[in-house]
Amino acid sequence: MGVVAVIVFLLLHLAPGDPAALIAGDFATAEDIARIGKQLGLDRPLHIQFVAWVGQILRGDLGTSIFSHLPVTRLIHQRVEPTVVLSVTTLVIAVVLAVPIGVLAAWRARSWVDRLVMALAVCGLSIPVFVLGYLLIYLFAIQLGWLPVQGYVSLTEGVWPCLRSILLPSLALGSIYMALIARITRASLLEVLEEDYVRTAHAKGLSALTVVVGHALRNASIPIVTIIGVGLTLLIGGVVITESVFAIPGIGRLTVDAILRRDYPIIQAVILLSSGVYVLVNLVIDLVYTVLDPRIRY
Amino acid sequence: MSEAVAVAEGPAAPRAGGRGPRGPMAFVRRHPTVALGLALIAVMAALSTLAPHLGTVDPIRFSPAQRMRPPSDRFWFGTDSFGRDVYSRTMYGGRISLIIGFSVALLATTAGLAIGLVAGYLRTADAILMRLMDGLMAIPSILLAIAIIAITRASVRGVLLAITVPEIPRVVRLVRGVVLTLREQPYVEATRALGSGIPRILVRHLLPNTLAPLTVQATYICAVAILIEAALGFLGAGTPPEIPSWGNIMAEGRTNFQVGPWMILFPGTFLAVVVLAVNLVGDGLRDLLDPRFARRL
Repeated sequence: MGVVAVIVFLLLHLAPGDPAALIAGDFATAEDIARIGKQLGLDRPLHIQFVAWVGQILRGDLGTSIFSHLPVTRLIHQRVEPTVVLSVTTLVIAVVLAVPIGVLAAWRARSWVDRLVMALAVCGLSIPVFVLGYLLIYLFAIQLGWLPVQGYVSLTEGVWPCLRSILLPSLALGSIYMALIARITRASLLEVLEEDYVRTAHAKGLSALTVVVGHALRNASIPIVTIIGVGLTLLIGGVVITESVFAIPGIGRLTVDAILRRDYPIIQAVILLSSGVYVLVNLVIDLVYTVLDPRIRY
Repeated sequence: MSEAVAVAEGPAAPRAGGRGPRGPMAFVRRHPTVALGLALIAVMAALSTLAPHLGTVDPIRFSPAQRMRPPSDRFWFGTDSFGRDVYSRTMYGGRISLIIGFSVALLATTAGLAIGLVAGYLRTADAILMRLMDGLMAIPSILLAIAIIAITRASVRGVLLAITVPEIPRVVRLVRGVVLTLREQPYVEATRALGSGIPRILVRHLLPNTLAPLTVQATYICAVAILIEAALGFLGAGTPPEIPSWGNIMAEGRTNFQVGPWMILFPGTFLAVVVLAVNLVGDGLRDLLDPRFARRL
């Protein structure tokens, strides 16, 4: 996290675009720009700015937006709900669908089911989120009229309307993730299915389902859980695009707007936040390892 | 090439000759997906290089009288809100995607290879370099790319840099992993005993062993780079909007999607096909170069 903080800080402070000049506008004099720069503390040496900045963050203050002059924490707080709902729904849909599909493909390896699943997975990895998103909108919202085209309905207005508004975005966003998980599930399970104890389990008359799901899947689960964690950056990155496609007022939109306006504090906060989530989730996954495989200790 | 590798290749050579018929048709039959992928990439490359001769018009000419026309005999893929021909723009747009894809793959693997070799072999450099790489890995590549774009301003070179940097850590980890397992091998120790300097060990004895997995990785990076370039263009943070790239065409179509879905569907299909083709080649290469993995996937 410390390294991320340094990278983020340097990245945005080595930028040639001077936010003071941007705020001052086209008609500002050099004195105006210098005055605004001083207000923002941009005239101080870089390392002092960095220390001040880290101190602020540790106190839970992510700074104020250069443009709207609102605290970044409040801006993020306002936008956090759609993003969290979208990410969690996508994660759940992806895992719930992809793992059984991968299991099915491994169980029926080299059959037409397997080939179909693998072909779909390659397609899933190849179709960009936004293209798939528009395809889904075109099909289910414009042609069939089953679901709303764009926009987001808050959870406070009921779970069902919210889910309706989030279903297409989740499917679009989840496709890459599902493809990844399904492929890894299949690969990992195929390896485990060759083990001796699986043959023993078959031999003692257990049903195929018990063997595959009860015996093999748990031992194949480490790579699956790993990819769920690694793929999280894909998911977070995808959220930015998905929110633009489906006009969802979440953190992704906030970020894109901030970047187009060079609103440093927001960009810094979002990158820090998303890396924080990434680190946290991967920590949780490390802990999940010990549950799945008691031999792993830290 | 080192002794160990030469020995490993020795018995393999006659087998390669005796693996049945050779020639292009045999290759297609043995690796249908690779052949399909390569063919698709070739077609796309041909389409984009020959774009001026494929019945296209100037892809950046505005004709306000012809705005938002649906696909027809005259405008195969319709026109956009400035009256530009989407077919022409899509054909020309392939250039940017393919150039970015291949350049990023080349740049990221070269940079990653250099850093990975050093990090894997020199313990002192390893700690610092890998922390830096871990930090970069924790930032989603699109966010990092957008942040870099914000610094460098929109230009093809800026986009290239922005897509390359987030991909480097993945290459570094791969190369470092290979080097870490190889550095303790007797043949490396032997070369060291013979007095080889570190640069020589790295380049002559360790580098060749990383090339196979690196090629596979490069293919995937190429696919990801094409996707991210289009995503950046789509978000309005990519190449300058006047350059026709698939992402830019789709960004144009974003606001008008409900009345003119063709602006997104046509370039989107091309984009998906190219990425699919590159992925197919990548999967095929992986199976070819890593038989142990091939059995599993």
